[in-house]
Amino acid sequence: MREPEISPDGAVRVGVYICHCGTNIAGTIDVRAVTEYAATLPHVVVARDYKYMCSDPGQTLIQQDIRDHHLTRIIVASCSPLLHEHTFRAATAGGGLNPYHFQMVNIREHASWVHEDRQAATEKAKDLVRAAVFRVYFHEPLERREVPINPDVLVVGGGIAGIHAALTLAGARKHVYLVEREPSIGGHMAKFDKTFPTLDCAACILTPKMTAVRTNPHITLWTYSEVVGVEGYVGNFKVTVKRKPRYVIEDLCVGCAECIEACVYKAARFPDEFNLGLGKRKPIYLPFPQAVPLVAVIDPETCIEFKSGKCKKTCVEVCGERNAIDFTQEEHTETIEVGTIILATGFQVFDAKRIPYYGYGVYPNVYTALEVERLVNASGPTSGEVVLRDGRTPKSVAIVHCVGSRDENTNRYCSRVCCMYSLKLAHLIKEHTDAEVYNFYIDMRTPGKGFEEFYNRVAEEGTQLIRGKVADVYPEPGDGGRLIVQAEDTLLGKVRKIPVDMVVLAVGLEPQADAQDVRRMFNITCSTEGFFLERHPKLAPVNTFTDGIFLAGACQGPKDIPDTVAQAGSAAAEALALIDAGTVELEPNTAYVVEEACSGCKTCVPLCPYSAISFMEATQKAQINEVLCKGCGVCVAACPSGSIRQHLFQDEEIFEEIKGVLAHA
Amino acid sequence: MPDGGLETSSVTRDGFEPRIVAFFCNWCTYTAADLAGTSRMKYAPNARVIRVMCSGRVDPQFVLDAFARGADGVLIGGCHPGDCHYQEGNYKTLRRVHLLRRVLREMGIEEERLRLEWISASEGDRLRTAVNQFTEQLRTLGPLSVEAPAEALTETAPVAAEEVAA
Repeated sequence: MREPEISPDGAVRVGVYICHCGTNIAGTIDVRAVTEYAATLPHVVVARDYKYMCSDPGQTLIQQDIRDHHLTRIIVASCSPLLHEHTFRAATAGGGLNPYHFQMVNIREHASWVHEDRQAATEKAKDLVRAAVFRVYFHEPLERREVPINPDVLVVGGGIAGIHAALTLAGARKHVYLVEREPSIGGHMAKFDKTFPTLDCAACILTPKMTAVRTNPHITLWTYSEVVGVEGYVGNFKVTVKRKPRYVIEDLCVGCAECIEACVYKAARFPDEFNLGLGKRKPIYLPFPQAVPLVAVIDPETCIEFKSGKCKKTCVEVCGERNAIDFTQEEHTETIEVGTIILATGFQVFDAKRIPYYGYGVYPNVYTALEVERLVNASGPTSGEVVLRDGRTPKSVAIVHCVGSRDENTNRYCSRVCCMYSLKLAHLIKEHTDAEVYNFYIDMRTPGKGFEEFYNRVAEEGTQLIRGKVADVYPEPGDGGRLIVQAEDTLLGKVRKIPVDMVVLAVGLEPQADAQDVRRMFNITCSTEGFFLERHPKLAPVNTFTDGIFLAGACQGPKDIPDTVAQAGSAAAEALALIDAGTVELEPNTAYVVEEACSGCKTCVPLCPYSAISFMEATQKAQINEVLCKGCGVCVAACPSGSIRQHLFQDEEIFEEIKGVLAHA
Repeated sequence: MPDGGLETSSVTRDGFEPRIVAFFCNWCTYTAADLAGTSRMKYAPNARVIRVMCSGRVDPQFVLDAFARGADGVLIGGCHPGDCHYQEGNYKTLRRVHLLRRVLREMGIEEERLRLEWISASEGDRLRTAVNQFTEQLRTLGPLSVEAPAEALTETAPVAAEEVAA
């Protein structure tokens, strides 16, 4: 069984195609030698090389050969199957063959790009091609499984990415569940004052969209809620959502804020999360004035009723007949079924305390850029006045770029938005205070529509732009209260020490603290720096490796608002494409039991994580439910009698590959 | 079957270049190898990758077959514990590898010749290191020789393979 034989009717006729990929492969691998070698292998009828196999002429070449040479198996040695397997299967099918009579050989990512020795890389390519030639002999015609797509969509995260995706989908009259962890949607964008480079007020462009979410009949908005469980597969996900108690009944509260006014705490005295602790709130509060939904929240950590049970409950009294306050609310979960999921979980800002020499958390006048966004915001804790913690207006301000970005000790990547938001803050601080503003930058990165023009404008306004990485921030000797910012000005070639009243740290963007947990829950992957990994950086930027789950916004990597919105629209379009097709085809790589060979030992039954294997008492045999099977092959490897088999990964096929890669011994 | 001057890949200046059969899971380690490629990391050309959907698909017989056919080492790459795309396939792999090492020992094969690595999709550098280190280790060990306990090989293997299968 394991020896490839020439079938009696001569049915196995293999075509092998070696791709140059321009010089990506041909630069390191002797493509001609591999092709000539392939031609000598058993059952190979045609072996060719071509500049770009994935191009239209390349695919046509395969299809022409299928017709002219009556090929029954196709092998393409080129890039990773994760990139172009689909392309070549389609080409194979287009030539009239079953698409699973195709096998791909990865000689780019796994050979030409990682080896320098031309001869060794060429030999490796030959070995891999030989393994495929041996393997395809055993390929069987397979049918893709078709499953229906549930048209409902889950969007996780209610920042600008999630909002835009949800509205796009709802515009196509698809039902969307928008789940947001915080009590209000809006995300980081709701905290910003103005947006670069146009200086649009963030609230003016965001809050109408937030309201549109609330009023849209196709959107179910669940705030103060978190996804805690995901099961199923593309088209048929079952999602469990935890809904945290806000102790105020959402349907009854009108957001009048009378309860807040009436709270037994006469003054607000607890740090306000939305204003990053720069302002204060009461135990019962509205997240911010434009919150959606505009529903009060009670914080049980600070509310006297929760702490002692002896509060006068003036809030309940004033709420009166509306009866919206309910101290007995409990956390509960809801289960929903959706066909597609868009993750728009956003980012967190870099924790500036990780760079101790910048003095954040030590010197009160060192702020993060996000805090300054709140200070310059008219609805912020200071009503838009840029003042220090002691109430003084700063006369000089230093803005330090690249805090937690482009730094070997923290994050090596560029956070992409900091140069632009630092220039914007320079402009806004000047506008609000008339202070002298110094921007310390490593490189000024302003690629984007209207960005360079904005940079020039800020420079012309008189912001001091100093090219140098800040090395230290320390108090000025004496009791002037100022801070010295020290940096080597790399254009002047000398160290500068500039005394300022206020230091603003342009903190970078990082993956959310729980990104790894979220990744596990949704069964997707993260890139090296911890952002969610897209399926392909160029060709599938919103797809993940898990079908039916898409990415939008900064959870995939740092990006500004225009890019976030563009990506959110793209994710929505990808989801819509699946929904409109109505069904989705799944890989036919499921396992199955050959009943005659099954000894009924039940070894396999507990191994399956999806409970797809059951034991049939009547026949004393195991049975695999094809719909539940996800094709991992764990049971196949475990079956002692070899009676469980797996399409696409049959034992013979893998044994042939082993034999193939080692055959030259 | 003609072999077209293939000896070159197994013979170098110092005489021995180990041959490694690598079973990589589709979701983590195979993708990490792709990432190493797109990042143009350079590593030893000794490993030949066979893609499986999950490291849990690696039948112990595949490993024994690879050694029988002349592999000097077998590398299995899966997702980190807790990160398996199929929830827990990698734990099954770990279990099998422990038992397989015992079988290999009894067959007179150094157990270090079977290596298990958890490499996630983002760890291209880890993949490079794993292949380089394993290659180096096998160079030190030298070519696989299974001449020694021929009886043990025939007697133990089928039983043990079954035991390992679970």
